This record gives sequence, C-alpha cells and structure tokens, in this order.
Amino acid sequence: MSPTSEQLLTYADGALLLSHRLSEWMSNAPTMEEDIALGNIALDLLGQARGLLQRCAAEIGGDEDELAYFRDSEAFRNPLLCELPNGDFAHTMVRQLFADAWFAGVWAVLAADDTVDADVRGVAEKAIKENAYHWRHSSAWVVRLGDGTDESHRRTQEAVDALWPFRGEVASDEWYARIEPVLAEATLTTPGRDAWTQRGSADGWHTEHLGYLLAEMQSLARAHPGASW
Amino acid sequence: MSGNTSQWPLWEVFLRSRNGLHHQHVGSVHAVDAEMAVANARDVYTRRGEGVSIWVVPSNAIVASDPSDKDELFEPALDKIYRHPTFYEIPDGVANI
Repeated sequence: MSPTSEQLLTYADGALLLSHRLSEWMSNAPTMEEDIALGNIALDLLGQARGLLQRCAAEIGGDEDELAYFRDSEAFRNPLLCELPNGDFAHTMVRQLFADAWFAGVWAVLAADDTVDADVRGVAEKAIKENAYHWRHSSAWVVRLGDGTDESHRRTQEAVDALWPFRGEVASDEWYARIEPVLAEATLTTPGRDAWTQRGSADGWHTEHLGYLLAEMQSLARAHPGASW
Repeated sequence: MSGNTSQWPLWEVFLRSRNGLHHQHVGSVHAVDAEMAVANARDVYTRRGEGVSIWVVPSNAIVASDPSDKDELFEPALDKIYRHPTFYEIPDGVANI
C-alpha cells in the first residue's frame, strides 16, 4: 500500500526535527570527533527530510521550505520522540537508538514497495545506507554507556526510563526486535512492551518542547521570507 | 564535562582514495577502541568522499626516527641526484610509477 502524504509527512518531520536536535550539539559534544559524527548524522537526516518534504509539497502545496519553516506546531506530524530535548549525551544516544530503529523499518518498507513513487523510493534507498551507519553509531554508544561505568549506566538507564513512554508512535514488533537485544547487551531494563505510552502527534498534539524548537528553527526564515544564499 | 578528564588513546588514520594505490596518512583521532577509531576516522576524514578504505593504527605503535638524527639519516641522500628517476624515459604504457 502506497504511503499517504500524511505518513510521508510523519517520516519527513521526524527526520527534520531530529536533525535539528542533533545540530544543537554542534560545538558541545563530548569530543571533537563526536561533534563531527553528530553533525554528519544531522545532515543525513536533513537530506532525507528534504527529499520527502519536496514530495509532500508537490501533493499538498507549497515547497519544502514552506513546510519546514512556515507551519505551526499543530501541523507537524513527527513522532513525539523526535522533538524531545537532547538531555545529556546518553539521553541523546538512547533517543537516537529508538529513532534509528524506527527509520530502519520505514526506509526498508518504502524502498521495497514498487507502488511507491520513484522519488520517494530513491530517498529510501539512499537512507537505508545512511541509517545503517546511524544505527551502528547509536547502538555502539548505548552498549558502551549502558555496560560502562556506574555513572554512565545510571545516566543511560535514566534515559531509557524517560524515553520509553514516548515509543508508542515508533514501536512495532520489528522495532522491539531491534531494540531489545541492544538494551540487553547494554544491561539496561525497560518496563516492557505493554507499559503505557504517550501518543498525540497524529492529531497535532505535541510536547511543550516543540514550540521552542520551532521558534529557533524557523525564526530566520520567518524574519526574512524568501531569502536565499 | 566533569569527571574523567584524561584523554582517550590517539590513533593515526590512513586513507586510500578512490583511485589511490596505497593508504596515506591523513591525521589522527581519539577513540577508546579500534572500532570507535575507524568510526571516528570515517566521520572526521571521509566527509567529502576522500576515501574508500580506512586504516587506523594506535599512535603509540608508531616508531619514529629521532629528529636529532636528521643530519646523519637524511643528508647523505641530498647530493645523490643520480638516484632520481629523471635520467630515464618512461615508456608510454606505464600508468603509475
């Protein structure tokens, strides 16, 4: 079944906002190498978002910039997970692990579905390789931190506890199957698949964090509409 | 950052470019293990398509010549221009030399 533009917008907005969150680490990551790594991942996600937003714009009107910079929070369809603040580095890596596992499923389905528009399949095929590296990066860090020192374990477990209630919009059997072995190796625990989860973005309900993110992300484009490099 | 301020081990990074014949030294990265060193080298040194293969080597595994030995090691070669291949005609069929 071909994805609706609403579904594509969910993927595009998820990638866009997660990209913005990762870009907030620039110049603040724990090491210089990690700073660049997070920037690389942010740029991959931005490219994926652009590809899908162009497709969405063709269907619902406007262009990619209008969709990114001139919609208000209730029009965003991203999973709530992708808009949550960075927290500490462990928190960012657990959020990334959850998001990477979701995107792995998203891109695989889109790339394999020949009823999907060729442009979207192209985005997905490229994204599969990018996502494989993102997953390698986030899962390695979660294991390293979770199964690391007492301090890193404590912080990573706190991140899992804080983010688990936001898995609802990205979780599936496939998602759990990806996540659970990594968390087990990292000696981290969860309240389980049946625990309560937050939802809301499908109806335009977001966390209080999205407004602040949009204010920063959109301010330049709104102050100088139509500006270009 | 609070807590442990000690540096992670340093690794030297070598890249082979798409049409390169051998790996060349491009710089160094910090990493806690070999796997992270390859990942960091990828993230830091291949962002513009510079490489298709990465080597990393612990920096402390490199044995270097002593800078104070420079004269005895390298000066004797300076006046032996006949060792440069400038006295040969290179056949047209030889692509790389």
